[in-house]
Amino acid sequence: MNLPDIIKFVIDLLAVLLLALGIKGLSKVRSAREANILAAFAMLLSVLGLLFYYLGTSGIPAQSWAWIIVGSLLGSFFGTLLAKKVPMTSMPETVALFNGFGGMSSLLVAIGAFLFPFNVVAKAGSLEPFINDVSISVSIFVGAITFSGSIVAMAKLQGWLSTPGWTQVKARHFVNIVFGVTSLIAFIYLISGNISSIWLLVIASTLLGIGVTLPIGGADMPVVISLLNSYSGIAAAAAGFVVDSQLLIVAGAMVGAAGLILTQVMCKGMNRSLISVLFGGSLSAQTTTSSGSGEYTNITSCSVEECALTLEAANRVIVVPGYGLAVAQAQHTLREVTKKLEQNGIEVVYAIHPVAGRMPGHMNVLLAEADVPYEQLKEMDVINPEFPATDVVLVLGANDVVNPQAKNDKSSPLYGMPVLDVQEARTVFVIKRGMSAGYSGIKNDLFDLPNTSMVFGDAKKVLSELIGELKDLGVGDK
Amino acid sequence: MNFDSLLWVLLLGSLLGLELIGKVPPTLHTPLMSGANAISGITMLAALTAIIKAEPNSPLLIIGSISLGFALFNVVGGFFVTDRMLAMFSRKPTKKNK
Repeated sequence: MNLPDIIKFVIDLLAVLLLALGIKGLSKVRSAREANILAAFAMLLSVLGLLFYYLGTSGIPAQSWAWIIVGSLLGSFFGTLLAKKVPMTSMPETVALFNGFGGMSSLLVAIGAFLFPFNVVAKAGSLEPFINDVSISVSIFVGAITFSGSIVAMAKLQGWLSTPGWTQVKARHFVNIVFGVTSLIAFIYLISGNISSIWLLVIASTLLGIGVTLPIGGADMPVVISLLNSYSGIAAAAAGFVVDSQLLIVAGAMVGAAGLILTQVMCKGMNRSLISVLFGGSLSAQTTTSSGSGEYTNITSCSVEECALTLEAANRVIVVPGYGLAVAQAQHTLREVTKKLEQNGIEVVYAIHPVAGRMPGHMNVLLAEADVPYEQLKEMDVINPEFPATDVVLVLGANDVVNPQAKNDKSSPLYGMPVLDVQEARTVFVIKRGMSAGYSGIKNDLFDLPNTSMVFGDAKKVLSELIGELKDLGVGDK
Repeated sequence: MNFDSLLWVLLLGSLLGLELIGKVPPTLHTPLMSGANAISGITMLAALTAIIKAEPNSPLLIIGSISLGFALFNVVGGFFVTDRMLAMFSRKPTKKNK
């Protein structure tokens, strides 16, 4: 080993160590921000290590420099632009898009490495060219699935694509098997030296990514993104075999494995198994007919004024924010309402369901953005015993996560999902645009209960009216 | 590097990844996913290698450059957006301006 090799080796080791510490730190609230910066630094270090290595050995041609600079500037510029501009409510589709582009990168570099080989030192009788081809094929397969799956996920989350009924037919499994088998055949042809089958592999695996993601409903999309994130790690590890880089292999494998664990954790929070997410189709499309279980019979609707009067008389209020709040972007207006209540000596806390918002943990981000003190956000297990001692619960755009069916009705598809026991409180106000069902498409028994009142309207509009009513009552004017 | 030692690297890296995150508070699911996603853009190293090793005027230069652009979009954007999310958590409620 000569000097550049040794330096590169040390830098790579350091980068792996920092990346591992980064991932570890990201899973703890206290260290998360520093851990993210640490990981970013590790990535920078790995790039500099690579560049200096080649500067010190073979040198980097001027043409290569030009293309490196063009590629990195454009990519970094648009990535930064999107990261800075995108509203916090659109976080799920943003992560999906970033992930898709990561997959695209692996896909392209693998295609490039196959069509214009640059790394194979073909020794007669050695295994290396074969392994090179297998790595490239894996990289193409996983990269293409990651790319097309992520783009479909993004389009669905953005509302550009719906879940059409025809995607729910059983035949879709057959179609996906055809795509899968075609990919496999192309894969085998490719590693046995048939170069032109590379395009078949690209097309078949792209279609497979679309075919698997398209039937999955919006509620399960975060799980899919997390899984695709894991895939992009695998694609990176495969690319590591192509360019013979231990650093790439370790980093890719770590992300791949950590992504799998995170996917599992998320599934648990939603009481879904990974298998049913991937192959079960959209929950709402399945259950609208089977488990509509009757009409609502005992709906009480009330005005914003009544709601304000009840709130004024309360000692303790729990807010349950949900998807609807995120969509209406009403978190800042909500913060104004709760400020007024707090000024009047009313205790306000927020009950955060593990999957509140548009993906797990999303609601915490949104409320933090609206300056809600972190200590006021209570996790489900902490808050559930506190509902009986609570005067008023405000349910804002949440639905399935407050459905008592999940606890009481064994026949319900929601049965077993962890829910917030809001019905235990003295009074429940549900602020909702209409009587439509939640993600699951299942009737919410909460709305029929005698202590529940519905306040119909857009979350943001109702909350602004509520501020006005509270002002008229002299709440929080001190 | 021998193929078998690379396989060891793959195996140990995967085991490390499985151990790294055991219990994640739900608060951090979104930022963790986004941060891990940024790290998966490490393929930029493969793209860089391809560009550096490409023959002059080879189409590989262009393919590599596009691949590098996509990877850096993922990496740089991913880290920035994760930082934006996490900055909100670390903000002290008492200090308004930060």
